[in-house]
This record gives sequence, structure tokens and C-alpha cells, in this order.
Amino acid sequence: MAPETGEMRKRTFVVTRFDPDKDQVPKTQTYEVACRPDWKVLDALNHIKDEIDPTLSHRWSCRMAVCGSCGMNVNGEPKLTCKTQLADYGEVVEVEPLANFPIVRDLVIEMDGFMEKFKSVKPWVIVAKEKAAEEGPNRQSPEELSAFKQFSMCINCMLCYAACPVVAKEPHFLGPAAIALGHRYNMDSRDEGAAERNEVFRGEGTVFHCSYANECTEVCPKNVDPAAAINQAKLNAVVDWAASFVVKRNG
Amino acid sequence: MMESFRHDVIVVGGGGAGLRAAIAAVEADPKVTVALVSKVYPMRSHTVSAEGGAAAYVEGKGDSLEKHAYDTVKGSDFLAAQDSVDYFVEQAPLELTRLEHWGCPWSRNDDGTVATRPFGGMAVPRTWFAADKVGFHMLHSLFQHSLRFDRIVRYDEHFVTKLLVDDGAVKGVAALDIRSGAMRMFQGRAVILATGGAGKCFPFTTNGNIKTGDGMSLAYRAGVGLKDMEFVQYHPTGLPGTGILITEASRGEGGYVLNAEGERFLVTRDYGVGQKAELGPRDMISRAEILEIEAGRGIKGPYGEFVQLDLRHLGEAKIMAKLPFVRELSKIYAGVDPVHEPIPIRPVLHYMMGGVDTDVRGATPLPGLYAAGEVACVSMNGANRLGSNSLTECLVFGARAGREAVAYGRGASDGQEARLRAAAEEEGARIDALRGRKRGSEKIAALRSEMQTAMESGCGVYRKQESMQQAVSDLARIKSRYDDIALEDASKVFNTEILAALELGAMLDVAQAIAVSAAHRTESRGAHACRDFPQRNDRDFLYHSMVFHEESGPRLDKKSVTITRFQPEERKY
Repeated sequence: MAPETGEMRKRTFVVTRFDPDKDQVPKTQTYEVACRPDWKVLDALNHIKDEIDPTLSHRWSCRMAVCGSCGMNVNGEPKLTCKTQLADYGEVVEVEPLANFPIVRDLVIEMDGFMEKFKSVKPWVIVAKEKAAEEGPNRQSPEELSAFKQFSMCINCMLCYAACPVVAKEPHFLGPAAIALGHRYNMDSRDEGAAERNEVFRGEGTVFHCSYANECTEVCPKNVDPAAAINQAKLNAVVDWAASFVVKRNG
Repeated sequence: MMESFRHDVIVVGGGGAGLRAAIAAVEADPKVTVALVSKVYPMRSHTVSAEGGAAAYVEGKGDSLEKHAYDTVKGSDFLAAQDSVDYFVEQAPLELTRLEHWGCPWSRNDDGTVATRPFGGMAVPRTWFAADKVGFHMLHSLFQHSLRFDRIVRYDEHFVTKLLVDDGAVKGVAALDIRSGAMRMFQGRAVILATGGAGKCFPFTTNGNIKTGDGMSLAYRAGVGLKDMEFVQYHPTGLPGTGILITEASRGEGGYVLNAEGERFLVTRDYGVGQKAELGPRDMISRAEILEIEAGRGIKGPYGEFVQLDLRHLGEAKIMAKLPFVRELSKIYAGVDPVHEPIPIRPVLHYMMGGVDTDVRGATPLPGLYAAGEVACVSMNGANRLGSNSLTECLVFGARAGREAVAYGRGASDGQEARLRAAAEEEGARIDALRGRKRGSEKIAALRSEMQTAMESGCGVYRKQESMQQAVSDLARIKSRYDDIALEDASKVFNTEILAALELGAMLDVAQAIAVSAAHRTESRGAHACRDFPQRNDRDFLYHSMVFHEESGPRLDKKSVTITRFQPEERKY
């Protein structure tokens, strides 16, 4: 049966605190919490919020690893806190906001830049002529579906941005999740927008800035494998560019 | 001076219904702009957690619109408005097809057509699915598609605290910008509520932290009735402790529900589900589980007694193809691998059949105010919703509300700006006074927990007159104590304590409406199962309950049910 039958264990949480109206720089605050053995990091944060310190701010909602709200750095690694078992940690647990993002408050990061990158890859189906609903669904074989399905599993938790060494140095780098998303549509048999997106991918600070560190794929909680998406997107963007060059020359 | 924004339509909530409404509104008129105001970024909305599927008629599978309508009405225990159901089943395939055109990765048959699976209470397999992450894929497809439209202007992480009403019609909203802590005014000719349900009124729920009944409370406070609130759905397969949902698709794909003795009690004993067994409707299976546990055939665990969901006979390949998320959730949150062990499960609060009173157009009786999705009660679910109807409902009625709001706005005025601003400033002053308010002796978390306990003991799977009355009086007491809450966080930027305080206020409105409606209905119908009154009583109770906000407390009323082609009959499977 479930592992929740064991003893409560006392742990120390070292949590980043920051209120821009009061603090010049982030500081830490320590909380002692008696934790159930089946708790996740998020359970401890919620306990702190409800029982110890109502002034702590963090984002969370679904607590089942699908809404993508609760990404934080735990002992220095980007994690979805709702699926990170405390049992895997020692007595001291450090919780910080996701790295490589500006901090709004405490554990809450600013995601404006991410949202712009996200939109810039045109993450929607582009077709020359839109079909009416009355014409019925497109056919798509299971093989065509599996060509992009993995890249459609991204929950936008942004752990890959917190892990990416390129984002750390160049905040404007388009980044793993956005590239994987654009690539997802490029690989969808229903889409005709690859040329437009490849244009984006060939721009400054995109696929070619990736340094193959593979950190994104290692931290992804949903096995999206953004590193594979970037590599494929890179190749496609080059092939597409070469093909357009040939067409132009011939045309 | 308070910052203000003006758009033709204001959509409150960025989940399935809100996004669909916003897209429909900008498509209905090339000049219309929409404010999409949501307390979370749209992709965080709770639609994301839906798992099993979305129902719609599919050609060539022995289905018909009439069959889908009949299943829905029967599932509702004949409390559904049949005009709403007819519109729903007719639009359902078109809406799911639109989503397909917009990129939703529906699972496919070998010939490339969209695959469907069986679901509880549905006569034929008409549930479209994308493995077992249907809500996630629908939400992300809708959100990504919505980014095409520059005329959908998002105001992410804005919490709407009040509807602005002028001259008898809704003309805007006041909202707290969570990031800055500033209040803002949004003016618009029509407002669409799409804020979802209120599962957090209960302690043990599938719902995410954000499901606090905000939209229901906004409408209620503006004088709109809440309809059929006593009908709350318990899903039969939640993980003990966390309440995390294990999808009904587990049973749709062939899973068994077992008691401690390993017996398929839905097959071996008479719980009213007949031949449907594990594919019976949710209300009946939840009751069966409670009766099994009461009969001593449950399994004791650290979070109470439970029964089991057994998928082992499906085999690893099928589980990985059709139910990979169920496997992931079971491993992480229950410590079991369903390929090798049964999953511990128990009934868990899942969905509100009731909500803001609307007609088939999504219009509330208050001019300019629309509602769609779980926040609304368009009465297509009556006393019990069938699984996989609600994702489709978000699309069908979200789209309708979006179009209707645009049409209404053409003939409506903007409202008197000075009066609206005065109302918004007053609301801003109320919020400012609450922030960091040290006086008071009650704690938010403690009151929330007391409310949840009252709801569980009064409005559970099985109810008793006495316990429902107890919940009504407990809630009245908790509500008066709410006026005395103390807040410690006086800061402006991303203050989640004031958010929790406002959400608790909304939940108390909704909880009271649920308890008062439940206590008055001395019959059993759909999800409302009274131990003292086990029979359905059409003579006295074939009507919608209505609750209105009054200063002295909730006021009950009733509304007739639209019955057209399906006359009430005994609900047996």
C-alpha cells in the first residue's frame, strides 16, 4: 500500500522571501515543519502558508502535475513541487523561485518574457484555407499523431528555462519550451505553417543558440524532450532554408 | 485615479468556457475586442485537470443526437432542461470538430478517424479522447489558438471582485491586479462569467486550489439566482488523501471496481446500474462504494476506508496507450503501479451541477450578464451529470455565450462612466481596508477548514435532514465569524493572503447556497441522496431550486423544468 503509513518527520525549510516594496535583494526565512512521509514539497509550503506564516506567497493549483504553476528550485534544481517527494530529501530543504526569471515576490517569478517567446513561435494551426466545422474532422493516422504528440505534452512549467545554461547567459534566447512548441506544430500533419515558423527559428537568439547541454530534457517533468525538438527544429530550419533557396534560384 | 480599460465584452475566467467564449466573440464581429480577465494564466485553469474525454455524436457508430439527448436527460434524473440538452447534442460534434481543426491531438483509429471510448451512462461509445489528458489538450489547444487574435486582450492574474451594474444592467467589473495589488476597472457592454466550479468548499475534492466559486458569488451578490445547487457530483474514483482524480476512462477501457474481498460488487449486487456495471453513472457508483464500506467490505487506510480500481487485466500495453496519466498519478500519489496492483479509490467531490441561472443562450436574468461552463447552470446536467459531457459543455455554451454577448452589446449602452467609476472606487476602498487588516481574531485557514468539514458532514454522498440542517446553521455561524478575520500581510505585490480571504468569502456564499438548497429538498434525485427520503418525488419536487442573496441570508425559490420529448420515468439501468 501507499507509503503514507510511516512516521512524521521534522524538516527545515529555507525559503526565499522577497517583497519589492521593502527588500533590495531576496533573503531567506527558515521554517520548521513536521512532515507526513507521503508529502510533496508543495504540501509543506501549503502547511507553512496556512499554519505558520500567511505572508508567504507561492503559486499552485492542481497539485497533480498538470497545471504547471508550482515550479520552483528545490535544493538548487528546478522541480514541480507538487510531484517532488520530500522522502527523497534530507533534513534541510531549500526552496527558491525558479532560476533565470525575475522575482515578483517570494517564490513567484515573472513570466512576461516567457509568454512573449511562447507566442512568437505562432503556436496555432496555420492553413491556407480554413475548413468549416460542417466539413468534419481531418484524418490523421496514429503515426502522424505520434510524430508530434510528445512535443504537445508541455505544461509550460518553465523548469527547462530554469535549467538551461544558455537562458542563464542570454535571457532573450527563445528557449526549450517555446522551440518545442513551434516544432510541435511544424510536425503536425494538419499544419501548413512550417515555413513561417522556420523563419522565426532562423532568427536571432533561437534554435542555433542552443549549446546541446541537454539540461532541459533532464528536468522536464513530462518527458517532452525539448532537446530533441530543438535538434530536429534546427535541421528542419536549415533544410527548409536550403529548399527555399533552390526554389528561388529555379523560379 | 484607478486605471480603467474598455472592451466590448469582458470574459471572466480563461479556462475551456472562457477561451471558447472569447474566440467566438471576436469571430462574431471583426470590430469587437474582448478582455480576458483571469485570476491565473489561462493554461493554469482547472480545465487542464480533466482526463477522460468529451462527448459528441459520431457518425457510423450506431449513435444519434436523440440517443445522446436521452442518455443526458436520464442521467440528470429528469431535471435537465430539454431545450438546453437538444442544443448541446446538436452543437457538440461541431465544437469538437472545430477543436480538431485548431490542433487538438485527439486519439485516432487506424483509418485516421477520431477514436471514441465508452463512458458512464452513455449508451454508445461517443467520448472523444486524447489519451487520458483530454482537458489538458483541449485547454492548451484553445489557449494557443486564442493567441492568433490580437483583439483578445489578456489580463492575466487579475481577480474580479465585483460586477459593476448601472441602470439595471451589467456594464463592467472591478478587479484586483494580483501582481501590483492595484484595483482596476473594466468597462464593457457585456460580461461573461466562466470561472468554473467550487470544489474547494469541500475538504476532499478533485478540484484544484483555484476552484473557489468566485463567479457564482459575483452573480449571487448582484442579485442573480443560483440554481440547483444541492446537486454536487461525487466522482467514484478519487485517490484517498489527496482526492486526485483517476479518470472514468479507466472503467471505460474495462477497469473493475472491487471491494476488500476482491468482488466486483457492481456486478454481483443490485446497485441500480444493471448491465452497465462499472459503466453506470457516477452518482450510483459513488453510493454503491459508500454502502460497501458501510457493510464492512472496505479496506482501512491512513486516510479512511477505500475500495479498489483494478486495471491489471488490461495489461501494460493498453494502460500505456490509453491511460498513461492514470499510471503516473497512481505511482506518484498512491504509491501503486496499476499494471501490478489495484488502485485505492473512494468517492470524491468533483463537480457542481448547479450554478448561475442561465437560459439556453447562456444569458442570466440580469441584462448584460452571461455565464458558461461549470459556473453556469444552463440545466443540461440536471441532478447528475454524465462523465464527458462537461468538457463539451464548456465549448458549446462558451461559444453561444460569446456570440450572444456580442449581439446584446450592439443594442446596449456603455453605462454612465462616472457612476461605474464611483462603484469601482468604493470596491477598491473595501479591498484596501481588508488588506493586512490586523483587527479581528479569526484565521482564514481555520474558517476554511471548518466550512469544509460542515459541507462534508452535511452534503456528502448520502445526506440526512438533520445533518443538512446542522450544516446550514454551522455555515451561518462561520459566515458571521468571517466578518472578523485577521490578515497579516499588508503588502501590495502578489499578496496571496488577501486572495485567500476573498476566495473564502465567495466559497461561503456558495456553500450556504448548496446547504440551504439541499436541506429543503426532501426527496432523492440524482446526486442528492437523502436517507430520510429515499424516493424521487416528482409531484412535489420536479422543479429547479433557486437561491437568492438577501442581507438576512439566502432566500429559496423555485423554477419550472423545461420538459419536451422525454417524460420522467423511473431511472433504472
